[in-house]
Amino acid sequence: MKKIGVFICHCGINIAGTVDVKAVSRETGEMEDVVHSEDYIYMCSDPGQLLIHNAIREKGLDGVVVACCSPTMHEATFRKAVESEGLNPYVCEIANIREQCSWVHQGDKERATSKAGEIIRSVLEKLRQNEALETLTMPLTKRALVIGGGIAGITASIDLADSGYEVILVERQPSIGGRLDQLSLTFPHLDDARCILGPKKAEIANNPKIRVMPYCEVEEVKGFIGNFDVRIRRKPTYVDWDKCTACGVCLEKCPVESLSDFERGLTTRKAIYTGALSENSGKPVIDPIHCRHLVDGTCTICQEVCPEGAIRYDQGEELLEERVGAIVVATGYDLFPMEKIGEYGYGRIPDVIDGLAFERMLSPSGPTGGEIRRPSDGRIPREVVFIQCVASRDPERYMPYCSRVCCMYTAKQAKLLKQKIPNSQPYIFFMDVRTDSKGYEEFLQGAIEEEELIYLRGRVARVFQEGDKVRVWGEDTLTNRKVELDADMVVLATAVVPSEGIKDIAARLRATADKHGFLTEAHIKLYPVESPTKGIFLAGCGQGPKDITDTVAQASATASKIQSLFSQDALLQDPLVAFVDPEICSGCGICVQVCPYEAREMDEYRGISKVHEALCQGCGACIAACPNNACELRNSKAVQVFGMMETFAEGAEGSLADG
Amino acid sequence: MEEFEPRIIAFLCHWCTYTGADLAGTTRQQYPPNIRIIHMMCSGAVDTIYILKALIDGADGVLIGGCHPGDCHYQTGNYKARRRVGILKEIFHQVGFTEDRIWLRWISASEGKLFADTVTQMVEELKKMGPNPMKKLWLA
Repeated sequence: MKKIGVFICHCGINIAGTVDVKAVSRETGEMEDVVHSEDYIYMCSDPGQLLIHNAIREKGLDGVVVACCSPTMHEATFRKAVESEGLNPYVCEIANIREQCSWVHQGDKERATSKAGEIIRSVLEKLRQNEALETLTMPLTKRALVIGGGIAGITASIDLADSGYEVILVERQPSIGGRLDQLSLTFPHLDDARCILGPKKAEIANNPKIRVMPYCEVEEVKGFIGNFDVRIRRKPTYVDWDKCTACGVCLEKCPVESLSDFERGLTTRKAIYTGALSENSGKPVIDPIHCRHLVDGTCTICQEVCPEGAIRYDQGEELLEERVGAIVVATGYDLFPMEKIGEYGYGRIPDVIDGLAFERMLSPSGPTGGEIRRPSDGRIPREVVFIQCVASRDPERYMPYCSRVCCMYTAKQAKLLKQKIPNSQPYIFFMDVRTDSKGYEEFLQGAIEEEELIYLRGRVARVFQEGDKVRVWGEDTLTNRKVELDADMVVLATAVVPSEGIKDIAARLRATADKHGFLTEAHIKLYPVESPTKGIFLAGCGQGPKDITDTVAQASATASKIQSLFSQDALLQDPLVAFVDPEICSGCGICVQVCPYEAREMDEYRGISKVHEALCQGCGACIAACPNNACELRNSKAVQVFGMMETFAEGAEGSLADG
Repeated sequence: MEEFEPRIIAFLCHWCTYTGADLAGTTRQQYPPNIRIIHMMCSGAVDTIYILKALIDGADGVLIGGCHPGDCHYQTGNYKARRRVGILKEIFHQVGFTEDRIWLRWISASEGKLFADTVTQMVEELKKMGPNPMKKLWLA
């Protein structure tokens, strides 16, 4: 660069009050290759920017340094100004002489002035070696993959499809609906879960932009934002869904029964079953673990009774390849597994159930038709004990975090219990009651007052069977008394944990999960729905426990992020990324190991490493790790850093000489 | 003779310490003007050669500023910096140079005061140590 212009801002008195800007301007005017040096009261103002425009035009500048506030403030402003004069925006650099000089050295004007001069000189040195860079453009596939067909995945899919983009919705269960399908009424307005979900399911079914792939799993994900190549495995259903009319005869005639996961073990299901609740269109799958034909070939009843001849015992799995531009991970939650909780008789005493099982009991479509009955003998319970924070907020043994939904659903369940069985009495053992969203506290207070719920603050020490009762020993720490109850039923609010297999999915997506398995966001506040891997977005309980309201909001947020991504013609990428000098690279592969974004890969043919510019975030980890200095960061090359350091070293000599 | 004024070269990560240094300015924290800041995207991008060159060129101290452990914008860059600086200090120790001239500090974007205090403290410590002998050795 031979014609550099330096523009020094007074920032009112913010800079000029401490730094002698006139002296600095004179000094920089004499520096090598500087053909223009000027100071002005507010460089970022219109007249200030006009000075830059004019100087570029009149003196044919090929590089610009603006000495002003932090680059985080006005780098973009001045780069835009430079660009509008036909220069490449990357030949404009900022010297930070306000935040990191004038404002912090107000008591030492002389040294602040010489420091400002040095900062400008160092930026000049960097600028000399800057390249003109073009924003990188990458092709963009405007189709999204949504993993998980719960309310989060459903919401994201509908939002995306409504804005005109194709969506592939993958669900590993035989039908979509997720956990919401299992719930009864939802807090705080006691809307029926099925009234929330039903219309959404219908929208999905009627939207030609959405391709639902039930009973499928994501097997492999390659590529990067805008261009993911996804391999989807369609598990064998053993039923030809094209022929099946969902008449239900096979379900009736199948002789094999096993405990139903969907009904939380409160009832059984056949070895041929439909997913979630049998919508009229629900087509069945055969459970290969229990089906007698698939186990030992001793039964062919479903094949015999099927009027359409749709049963296919020999059906294999299918692998499908799809290209998508963005992925929403909405894999949802499970409750903390019963077999891992030793206390409260959970799994041993039949009348100790978890919150989701109680939801199934409350649901009109559940195994009891909405009646609350003890699983052991079918009697209607009177005294019901609810225990909150089971395996949540228990850092020593289980999960340290709060599961966020249990306080509210317990209050709701106790209220519904009281409404269904007026002479019943709910007792709720709690640690704290957390009702932190709109209308929640009012709901809780209303429930306590109207339904006479008894809240006992304290932990339960022991739950054991005595006769046909479940004895509960606990304490009420507010009155400092021991509490002993003869309960008919105990409902445990067990911890929300990420759904099974989440870590595998995270690994396949190169998304990270925390130690509990919840997917981590790129930044908890600034990028709460983005995963650290670009193009992958997070919605629902897979990211952390949350209620339906927050899940839907988050799902819509992911859709909106993807909409803005897809609204571009091509993918634009900051060009300040790593590059490799193929003459120097020895192909050791260290960069491939250190890159946190899988942006470095070996070029097997040439035996050297290469950079995927679309994936590179410009962090520089590979640059520092490269033993041969074969890779560099664009416009932050080692020679530029050296140049800056040498300027500072010269400055030090100068000051010593002065001394 | 005028008091010895040490010279510090600082490599600050974009997301935390550089922004923290900006915040020190915004909140008008005052610290001595002995520091010269070089902006890096990540503390994990600070090559050991940068630290060595700074010291050889005559800097009396080198400050590397990064995000707190676990907070790295690029997931693990600060851990890489921690290992690298740890090894470098060990080598310095072995060959008889004082490793105290190299400071690695975690300063977040909200810790403007901590940044100012760190610089102030580092200047004081370096004044006690006296000028960096390495430059003289190198030139001799």
